[in-house]
Amino acid sequence: MIKRRYFLGAALAATALTAGLPAFAAGDTVKVGVVLSLSGPFSIYGTQMQNGIDLFMKQHGDEVAGKKIELIVKDDGGIAPDRARRAVQDLLVRDHVDVLAGFTFTASAMASAPLAEKTKTAMIVMNASSSHITEANPYMIRVGQTLPQITEPAGRYAAEQGYKNVYTLVADITAGHDAETAFIRGMTTNGGTVSGSLRVPAQNPDFAPFIQRIKDAKPDAVFVWLPPGEATINFIKEFDQRGLKEAGITMLGTGDLTDELTIRQTGDAGLGVVTTGHYSMAHDSDLNREFVEAYLADYPDDPWPNFLSVSAYDGMAALYYALEKTGGDASGPAIVEALKGATIESPRGPITIDPENRDIVQTIYVRKVEAVDGQLSNVEFFEFPESRDMTP
Amino acid sequence: MTIRFQAVQRLASPRPRLAEIIFWLLPAAIYFLLPYDRMLVLSLMAYAIAVLGLDLVLGYAGIVSLGHAAFFGIGAYTAGLLSVHGWREPLSGLLIAGALTLAVGYLTSFLVVRGKDLTRLMVTLGICLVTYELANRMSGVTGGMDGLSGIEMAPLFGTFEFDFFGNTAYWYAYAVLVIVFVALKFFASSPLGLSLRAIREGVDRMPALGASVNNRLRVAFTLSAGIAGIAGGLMAQTTQFVGVDSLSVTRSAEFLVMLVLGGTGRLYGAVIGTAVFVVAHEFLNDVDPVYWEFWMGVLLMAVVFFLRGGLTGGASDLLRFIASKGLPALRKREPAE
Repeated sequence: MIKRRYFLGAALAATALTAGLPAFAAGDTVKVGVVLSLSGPFSIYGTQMQNGIDLFMKQHGDEVAGKKIELIVKDDGGIAPDRARRAVQDLLVRDHVDVLAGFTFTASAMASAPLAEKTKTAMIVMNASSSHITEANPYMIRVGQTLPQITEPAGRYAAEQGYKNVYTLVADITAGHDAETAFIRGMTTNGGTVSGSLRVPAQNPDFAPFIQRIKDAKPDAVFVWLPPGEATINFIKEFDQRGLKEAGITMLGTGDLTDELTIRQTGDAGLGVVTTGHYSMAHDSDLNREFVEAYLADYPDDPWPNFLSVSAYDGMAALYYALEKTGGDASGPAIVEALKGATIESPRGPITIDPENRDIVQTIYVRKVEAVDGQLSNVEFFEFPESRDMTP
Repeated sequence: MTIRFQAVQRLASPRPRLAEIIFWLLPAAIYFLLPYDRMLVLSLMAYAIAVLGLDLVLGYAGIVSLGHAAFFGIGAYTAGLLSVHGWREPLSGLLIAGALTLAVGYLTSFLVVRGKDLTRLMVTLGICLVTYELANRMSGVTGGMDGLSGIEMAPLFGTFEFDFFGNTAYWYAYAVLVIVFVALKFFASSPLGLSLRAIREGVDRMPALGASVNNRLRVAFTLSAGIAGIAGGLMAQTTQFVGVDSLSVTRSAEFLVMLVLGGTGRLYGAVIGTAVFVVAHEFLNDVDPVYWEFWMGVLLMAVVFFLRGGLTGGASDLLRFIASKGLPALRKREPAE
């Protein structure tokens, strides 16, 4: 890697000389250390994020406020906080990066937080979604989402629909527990109640007995949170096969349940699932249409820009915004100051960085899976503007 | 001096040789020569301690354990939780982590030692799964999948701050590794250590010599768990984070792979195996992040097929071969362990 980087650097320098490009001195570059999960079981996430970053830089160039933006990308190989931390240490000590970005998983962000705090380096968290992580250090800014932030509106929606009998079914891991809590909070604060809560094993679950129990209880709706991927696809299929959809039970979930990546693998079983989320490829705005078009043109092999690509795209947008504002000062305190209370127009709609806790405030949409031009899409039909994470 | 007496001498001599002293100066050399790789070597040293512990049960007592990540994780969470709740003194924290894991190891040793090989493997696997699931469920205490963060350490001996570059952490881990290694070296050449080896070689003859097999195995298992706990505690203190992955069966399997790579039943096998695994992992991951495990598998198979006794076994065979070919310089010297 090191060798390759030097080689790349030499090659770049050579091209710069031959092409007669302005060569930037060290003081004129802002180095951005990016930690993504590019290998391992979640490599698809990393790819999505990398695409979002690259797309933004392609559209907006690599120069801001007279500084050249240089990316140094490191892989943490999935949920591997120790590797993420080492990558960050490397980026800070060896590469002297000015800004850190990326962080697919909460554990990676949390393990890296103490280091960034010591060097006062801004950390732009693009996907890690547990509550309160921006409290881990004063230089952390979140541009993605938090799981409770996108879950609570689902409970609110269920209560407002007047559903009397609602079940929850979540994976028995931290994220599942958080989703369950947030959904129930959304229900109860809006006058609803939850009839029963089921927790399924996170590893290779057999959904049959759980689905049967739900079927016997005949609820109006069931809220589901499972690790996105195989589990969500299987659940959606089984839910349909065992006739729960036919029985008129509404499946509720968060955006990751019917993410653009997975929903198309469920066939018609996915039709009618209602989710709350912050981004849908089908979001109706000019900015989003432009974004999707550009993405599809650049990455034909990966034809579903989703919340990961958008968050990464917005992470770069936030960095550019901050550098414009600071006149190129990339120090942690300056970037954080510039972003506190900032509102950026994103393909998903307006996003704001809360000045108090540096966490994200955004519109959460209620969407339904429908067939649009023969493709399953999340069609937005209602919105909760300025939603934030209400976890105490 | 008869050959046989020499052999016994060699088995039971904890005196260091020159090669060993040079070997143990390597981490210090790395510290100064490869400053950027300190963090990698730091985690390598913590893992090496856990693998040394595993070597005690596998290499010396012949128990295959897939549960050592459980002890590693218990130590890590203990040290981490102590710090999060305000007990920030590193040495006492590490000792408490070791002691608690030792106690857990003692309790589980009764379950493990009862059965035969396959039963033991399954029991240790069960311990690992149960512990992992507990840490996952008790997310209020452990942080669950998000891990335990907010670990802060008071200065070592009240003077050495745990700095950003990991300098203090490095020397701290280095010292703990050396202490554990030396202690094990003495243990291995003690009567108890030798009797463990005897149990591995011929378990049926031991009772005839008046030795209680199960008691000895329990002692070995308990000690081994305690050592893994110390390794985990060290990991938590030096990285300021504990992930639930530190308890996973995958981590247990990695420990086994490290040990087999290096060679079981030799303390140096544990250390060298860990070093090779961690460095190879890092290197392969850079070369080919998607398929690195494939190459790791190839490496492991090559070692198992072609080298008797792992890398260290292979090396000492090679030395012996060279010596037998009559290179006078090497003839008088014993092969490195």
